[in-house]
Amino acid sequence: MYHTGEVDVHAVRGITLEIFPGEFVALMGASGSGKSTLMNMIGALDRPSGGNYLLDGIDVSTLDRDALADVRNEKIGFVFQGFNLLSRTSALENVEMPMLYNRHRIPSREQYERAMHALELVGLGQRADHHPNQLSGGQQQRVAIARALVNRPSLLLADEPTGNLDSQTSIEIMGVFQKLNDQGITIVMVTHELDIARYTRRNVILRDGNIVSDMMVASRLNAENELQQLRAAQQAVKLAS
Amino acid sequence: MRIFASLKIAGRALRRNKMRSLLTMLGIIIGVGAVIGSVSLTSGATKQVEDQVSSLGESVITVFSGNFTSGAMRGGWGSAPTLTVADALAIGGLKNVVAISPEVRDRAQVLANGLNWNTQVMGESPDYPQIRNWSIGSGTMFSDQDVRSLAKSAVIGRTVADQLFPNENPIGQTIRIRNLPFLIVGVLAPKGFNLFGQDQDDTVVVPYSSHMHRITTRTFVNDILVQAANDKVIDSVQNDITDLLLTRHRSKEQDFTVRNQLELMQAVTATSRAMSFLLAGVAAVSLVVGGIGIMNIMLVSVTERTREIGIRMAVGARAADILVQFLIEAVTLSAIGGSIGIVGGVGFSRIVAYLKDMPTVTPVTWIAIAFISSAIIGIISGFYPAWKASKLDPIDALHYE
Repeated sequence: MYHTGEVDVHAVRGITLEIFPGEFVALMGASGSGKSTLMNMIGALDRPSGGNYLLDGIDVSTLDRDALADVRNEKIGFVFQGFNLLSRTSALENVEMPMLYNRHRIPSREQYERAMHALELVGLGQRADHHPNQLSGGQQQRVAIARALVNRPSLLLADEPTGNLDSQTSIEIMGVFQKLNDQGITIVMVTHELDIARYTRRNVILRDGNIVSDMMVASRLNAENELQQLRAAQQAVKLAS
Repeated sequence: MRIFASLKIAGRALRRNKMRSLLTMLGIIIGVGAVIGSVSLTSGATKQVEDQVSSLGESVITVFSGNFTSGAMRGGWGSAPTLTVADALAIGGLKNVVAISPEVRDRAQVLANGLNWNTQVMGESPDYPQIRNWSIGSGTMFSDQDVRSLAKSAVIGRTVADQLFPNENPIGQTIRIRNLPFLIVGVLAPKGFNLFGQDQDDTVVVPYSSHMHRITTRTFVNDILVQAANDKVIDSVQNDITDLLLTRHRSKEQDFTVRNQLELMQAVTATSRAMSFLLAGVAAVSLVVGGIGIMNIMLVSVTERTREIGIRMAVGARAADILVQFLIEAVTLSAIGGSIGIVGGVGFSRIVAYLKDMPTVTPVTWIAIAFISSAIIGIISGFYPAWKASKLDPIDALHYE
């Protein structure tokens, strides 16, 4: 439903990176590794000064500012470390926001239905009218994920999505990503947490603008199992005390 | 351009910051309120003066006789006897002249009903009420026949009626002017005070012929009242009168003066117009200050909302979308502020008018001007902040703290 083609990246220092539909990739690396630059380029926030970036068959490197904005609107969903929701705005209106910038006018009713559907997908259907300050960090990040999904992008791009969350909430969010990926959504996630990267399918490690490692995750963690184990452990601690 | 979506976005953004939106509008509210309030009150005053002037009569031209010069002593206008009844009748024959009245004036002690009263006795033609836009309250005006026969009939003003015939109907009664009995045929409707504070109702009007031959003995009139067909022809009629009288008087020098009521109106209303322009000017300055207020708040707003702009750009807002959003916000603020100001200004002038018993006019033109100019101020003061916002780089804006 959300993947329509091939995502192809040539980036940073004469490196080539190919990401296929349905993949779940973690981009890793220390600060200064070129991770953010690569991220901005994949997200069509920036253009490469040389080389090509093909997204879904479109050569993004040749597009102007407005066309980049359109690509971001239609093909990419962003999830940020700091959630970046509009304050004093309901979850529903936050999720509707990307549709207001769609090239083709989406009727209000359809906007509402799509926003509600996206919120239900991340398990927040009951909290559509809550404002960000009435939601926990994990819930805010779920709203942000719903917002990223609402325009049915080819690629979900997450920048340190668990950076501001405690470990249990982080696993919950990874669970949401895994569920979405299982439904076929392509996800690229930037993180520096190794244990978080183990929930993805493929890890790409950058250093000084070069890819130093690119491999499939051998022992992939399942967020649901991990959560159950965590809860069981917490239960045990409670019983013991 | 997705105007509908932009309106929705701007509307949501304004609702998120209700307090700030209100404070931003305050400058425009006060500016527009001041414009509308001051213009309402001053144009009310102007209207009052204009009404008083037009109560002197519609399209009226007055011909005064010239000044009398004896040796080195020069008399004022009307001091020289130059105008005659024949002049008046000749003017009556001119094109576009609908009515004339040769006017003679005298003060006299009048007696009636065992009471006496000093009043102005005017000799006029039967057209006098029409020229002065003055209706007969009861009874009738004397007729042309009365003028021809030097009839001893009189029409009296309300004040004279009240003074000489308290609680009585004066019509059919006799009033003695310089010991001559005149029959009262009509009472003029009350007209009140004129521009110069004189009681216009304190008067007795008789046929000019009777006045000139019975009450006094004179061959010249003080002035001639002329009514033109309408205000448009008033200048040409004035010129015709001048030409006619120059010919009739066979004098190289003009021994008379022709004035029309429009000139008087202009002279009298000039001051209040100047005042209203002055006030409107001051108010316009406060409107500009209000616009600067909007620009300030919008600039602060752009800085404060840098991250929001970054988010919007990240999800696909073009530079133009951001520009339009901030422009619409500014225009909406100033237009709503302008509307509140208009309502406030009209309300304020109504209250002042009620409390101080002053006239007020709701200036429709100025309301339109105020609304349009506040919207324009919104566009002008909103443009720079909006342009600044649209030039932000999405990456920088997203990482702005």
